[in-house]
Amino acid sequence: MSTVISVENLSKKYIIGHQKQERYTALRDVLTDGAKRLTHKLIHPFAAPVNDPTHEEFLALKDVSFNIKQGDRVGIIGRNGAGKSTLLKVLSRITEPTSGKVSIKGRVASLLEVGTGFHPELTGRENIFLNGAILGMSKIDIKRKFDEIVAFAEVEKFLDTPVKRYSSGMYVRLAFAVAAHLEPEILIVDEVLAVGDAQFQKKCLGKMEEADKEGRTILLVSHNMGVISQLCSTCVWLDKGGIKDIGQTGDVVNKYMLNGVAELSGEISFEHDPKKVAQLKKMTLLNQEGNVAQKFDCDNPINIKFEIQIRKKLPGLYGYIGIFKPDGTQVLVSDSFDAVTINPLDDLPVGTSTFNVTLPPRTLGHGDYRVHFSMASQSADNFHVDVPGIVCGFSLDDFTSKRGNQRAGFFSTLMPWSKLEN
Amino acid sequence: MSTNQATLVIEAGRMERHYWRDLWRYRELFFFLAWRDILVRYKQTVIGIVWALGRPLLTMLVFTLVFSKLAKLPSGGVPYPILVFAALLPWQFFSSAFSGAGESLVTNAAMISKVYFPRLVIPASAVIVAFVDFLISVIILVGLMIWYGFAPNLRMLTLPLFIFVAFAAAMGTGLWFAALNVKYRDFRIIVPFVVQFGLYISPVGFSSSIVPEKWRLLYSINPMVGVIDGFRWAILGGNTQLYWPGFLLSLLLVFVIMVTGIFFFRKTEKTFADVI
Repeated sequence: MSTVISVENLSKKYIIGHQKQERYTALRDVLTDGAKRLTHKLIHPFAAPVNDPTHEEFLALKDVSFNIKQGDRVGIIGRNGAGKSTLLKVLSRITEPTSGKVSIKGRVASLLEVGTGFHPELTGRENIFLNGAILGMSKIDIKRKFDEIVAFAEVEKFLDTPVKRYSSGMYVRLAFAVAAHLEPEILIVDEVLAVGDAQFQKKCLGKMEEADKEGRTILLVSHNMGVISQLCSTCVWLDKGGIKDIGQTGDVVNKYMLNGVAELSGEISFEHDPKKVAQLKKMTLLNQEGNVAQKFDCDNPINIKFEIQIRKKLPGLYGYIGIFKPDGTQVLVSDSFDAVTINPLDDLPVGTSTFNVTLPPRTLGHGDYRVHFSMASQSADNFHVDVPGIVCGFSLDDFTSKRGNQRAGFFSTLMPWSKLEN
Repeated sequence: MSTNQATLVIEAGRMERHYWRDLWRYRELFFFLAWRDILVRYKQTVIGIVWALGRPLLTMLVFTLVFSKLAKLPSGGVPYPILVFAALLPWQFFSSAFSGAGESLVTNAAMISKVYFPRLVIPASAVIVAFVDFLISVIILVGLMIWYGFAPNLRMLTLPLFIFVAFAAAMGTGLWFAALNVKYRDFRIIVPFVVQFGLYISPVGFSSSIVPEKWRLLYSINPMVGVIDGFRWAILGGNTQLYWPGFLLSLLLVFVIMVTGIFFFRKTEKTFADVI
């Protein structure tokens, strides 16, 4: 496979203002900057101001280099502000790099936002044409795919209604449908799957997987590790503008999650995967009131509720839950052999079963934690039956002890102190 | 879409290589954007496109009343409404194209920061929108000429040439203001001011022949003087004279504004997404 995108030492510098609230400058400020600077400004109006204490350089991308081969599906992960969107903007030619070089072979379509250029006053039909043209489709292409787009978006009845009267769901579906029918050789997508309902997201993922069969190269930014793992073979982890890691998705995602920078929540669900004989379908962290939560306090239990789908009876199946600190320190382990009676996962019937594991109050100290989950069985062809890895995250606050969140150590256990009679 | 296997190289200061070819590839977007603006303008209006006729017609009536009936300015033997309208055509085209193009980048900021296309498409399509209004206004001119039984002569055939000059003037100034507006929103305030002011210093309500001879060349520093005089010369025919030194000066200025406008726009275009 040939290299279609090659990025060499790419850097992008932004000038950030400190005092000014607006991103644009008022001519007045420039004028008061003095005649000398004004002359400079008029000659190079968009150049960075010289020696201006209110302005600071900010490197959004620092010396980034990587190659992407044709047909690769590359996930780009990283914390907010890591440079993911800047990278996509440079690759899509929206903004110019400050230094470095990118070579791209093939037609690129980028989807950095759903519904760019949609006009609320125009009807669905009109917006399909407009949006298509903005994304780089020709009129003939749009006409050819028009029916397909409409069917995909499920808005047949509302084609001649202005989109301002659409429900937000319809709006997103229509916008995504147009984009999903672009047929570029390279598709660049920024976190657009985060919108829309779960069912529609699934449809979109399906559409994007289809693209793979046509040898299309995909670059995808997402905070959803589930989507990244499902869709991408390779993964680039950006941190503070530089590449922290690059490689196989599974490895990179796991390192990223353990690093504690992933945005984990108290809820996760997984797509149906028929290859797995037993699969974790869903996990939620519940507070005492039975609501999904991510923030807990030390005085209350945390209920880890999860659903397992069994596709084949597996004798000896057991579950494993590990609790980690963001730095990767393992603080607690519990497996299903901890159960009071027998291992409840052993020899489950085919279908879904729900379980609950309780983390008792006053166990762990305040701080952030990650929950790791896996299932294994000696009787399975593959011992590691399902290893979703880090699935949820939560934070604990200590509100009641004297030192509260200043209390050091791994545990929040209140130890009984007593004075002995001598 | 045709498969284009050429390697695209993105590098600092090197983005212009395929610019004009890209512009050609995005030609449909011009018309889609213009079409959108025209559609949107008359959505949810009762009389719709009739507005495009009403505005110039009413302006013409007021100007005729003020300059001909009240101020009693000479018309050189031409029905005053036609004299006014021959100037109102290029002026309204210029003013709406200029203000449309000047504002265009800022109003389409969302698109600029999310999609790539040659940015020139945006102000250019704003000029096209104004041109559509211009074509509609031509109907009124034809109506007026029939009403007054005013027959044009062969000079009418040169009109496209003057339309082109008006186009260049609007485009050139529009590009300058659009690009400046991206960074300095002051120009947002300057644009309506220029349009309002320009109406008084351009020979719209009166013939430029009333300007004293010694001031005519100076007067022609306003490029619209040349454009409007050209329109009158072509439409009114007869004894309307073109003041050539002034016209050539206007023409030269239009050319300079257009060329520097494109140059300035292209130079600053790469930073639009960062500063808008």
